[in-house]
Amino acid sequence: MTGRARRVWSGQAIFVAWATVVAVGIVAPFVVYPVFAMNVLVMALFASAFNLLLGYSGLLSFGHAAFLGSAAYVTGWAAKSWHLPVLVSMGAGVAVATVLGLLFGVLALRRSGIYFAMITLGLAQVVYFLVVQMPWTGGEDGLQGIPRGTFLGIDLGNSFAMYYFTYAVFLAAFWLIQRTIHSPFGQVLRAIRENEPRAISLGYDVQRYKLLAFVISASLAGLAGSLKAVALQFATLGDVAWQRSGEVVLMTLLGGMGTVLGPSVGALLVVTMENYLSSLGSWVTVITGTVFVVMVMAFRRGLVGEIKALFARRS
Amino acid sequence: MIQALSGQLLLGLINGSFYALLSLGLAIIFGLLDVVNFAHGAQYMLGAFLAWMGLSYLGIGYWWALLLSPLVVGATGLVIERVFLRRLQGLDNLYGLLLTFGLALIIEGLFHHAFGNSGSPYPVPELLRGGFDLGFMYLPKYRAWVVVVSLAVSLGSWFVIEKTRLGAYLRAGTENPKLLQAFGVNVPVMFMLTYGFGVALAAFAGVMAAPIYQVTPMMGSSLIMVVFAVVVIGGMGSILGSIVTGIGVGLVEGLTKFIWPEAASVVVFLLMAIVLLVRPAGLFGRQK
Repeated sequence: MTGRARRVWSGQAIFVAWATVVAVGIVAPFVVYPVFAMNVLVMALFASAFNLLLGYSGLLSFGHAAFLGSAAYVTGWAAKSWHLPVLVSMGAGVAVATVLGLLFGVLALRRSGIYFAMITLGLAQVVYFLVVQMPWTGGEDGLQGIPRGTFLGIDLGNSFAMYYFTYAVFLAAFWLIQRTIHSPFGQVLRAIRENEPRAISLGYDVQRYKLLAFVISASLAGLAGSLKAVALQFATLGDVAWQRSGEVVLMTLLGGMGTVLGPSVGALLVVTMENYLSSLGSWVTVITGTVFVVMVMAFRRGLVGEIKALFARRS
Repeated sequence: MIQALSGQLLLGLINGSFYALLSLGLAIIFGLLDVVNFAHGAQYMLGAFLAWMGLSYLGIGYWWALLLSPLVVGATGLVIERVFLRRLQGLDNLYGLLLTFGLALIIEGLFHHAFGNSGSPYPVPELLRGGFDLGFMYLPKYRAWVVVVSLAVSLGSWFVIEKTRLGAYLRAGTENPKLLQAFGVNVPVMFMLTYGFGVALAAFAGVMAAPIYQVTPMMGSSLIMVVFAVVVIGGMGSILGSIVTGIGVGLVEGLTKFIWPEAASVVVFLLMAIVLLVRPAGLFGRQK
């Protein structure tokens, strides 16, 4: 394949990806429950934010639940107790996640590879314990009945209105992630992932690039959390627990890390599985673990990655 | 006052002994195989559960369990290395982490399904019931036994790795496995046995822990996170370092429980953050 053909091909691929996402998203609430569709969108955004870090910077964070969860709690509290407008409460959630991201990033980036994963896991545990112990978070019950409020005069209490609001935020964030990946900044990130010493010797301040990627990923994960609090109207300990961090790794691995659509596909599959298999109780954990093992052993590129590889071999 | 303090410190010392045993196993596995064994906590739980199941279903007592349970879990470790981990060699080491994470979920999910959330008590063996009155505190025999045996096993492992021919092979493999293989050592088998040994250590810790803590399916997953933090604090460079750090962290935790109980669950992670700021490679680690 020549360079030009590849560029056209990747242009087409991006167009197809966008067309698919938009079409599926518009029809979705008429086919499935809007609340279920919102859950998928929120998790897809979470996984896409995570993929920005794992797929394009090669950094495996095992603490992303801290960003999702803290933003969900802050947004929920702001909307419920201070009765702030929806965008302001969400902004507060994202701000907290961003600050946390900066803090985590500065500490965790002092080590790399495997240690990075362990450090983010440990720091996320601190956030978890804080949420458990602080009086306003509702302990085991979490925050319930978070009001959705109104946006531009539209009552978001209506599930369809809330769905399209969620969808609009998702698309905007998805576009932002796209732009980041394909920007010069994204290219440098990939250069670092491929060969860090080379990137350093080319004169890039590798630490700063990694930190910025980490903070962007954290605030977008926070956006997913804020959106979740408003759309699903609750924030629970499950949102800050390490299982949630594992779940987002699974979504990304399942869909395909380093692919644009992969994390969303993974999120769709995982949320669907959890939804329909929830009656099976702890078998869900066993199935999740099995999927991890199968993906790592046999399909490391993930679903979207494998399909892409199949097409690339054909043409 | 003194009694409460020394009680917490003793508890810290016991927790620290478990941290030391577990982080030692992690460090040995990581050193040779370049794999962070996320299933370590699950294998610790497996060790405790095998002891409990052996006693409840087959009437196998503590002393046999202390021998058999690590052997069984170690054998499953050999299989895991042969079937899964060996095929991931040469890939980015995050795949090893993800694989063992998946295995941990499978093991814990299965036990959760079979035994639910609640814990099962495991009796202290007859020989070690009762305790010593030290004047300022009461020392249960079993707790003294745990500390002494954990230290002995940890130091024994250190001796084998640092001072014997077998350990020399292991260290050589850690430095350069290809070269060692060229010298005629069967490195793949060594990888398998090393993983088996590390995992057996976790199971051994599990059996030791069974009479102290409740035996529950989730007993390993909360512990493993603390052990990871211990590993970051100590650095995985030295065996003796992981032992010292494990016990030190346990003591700090115990002290915090006495001074400010609410902070006890986070103090390890805060300690980790401070060490990262001051000495990023860890207290005993070498910066690569």
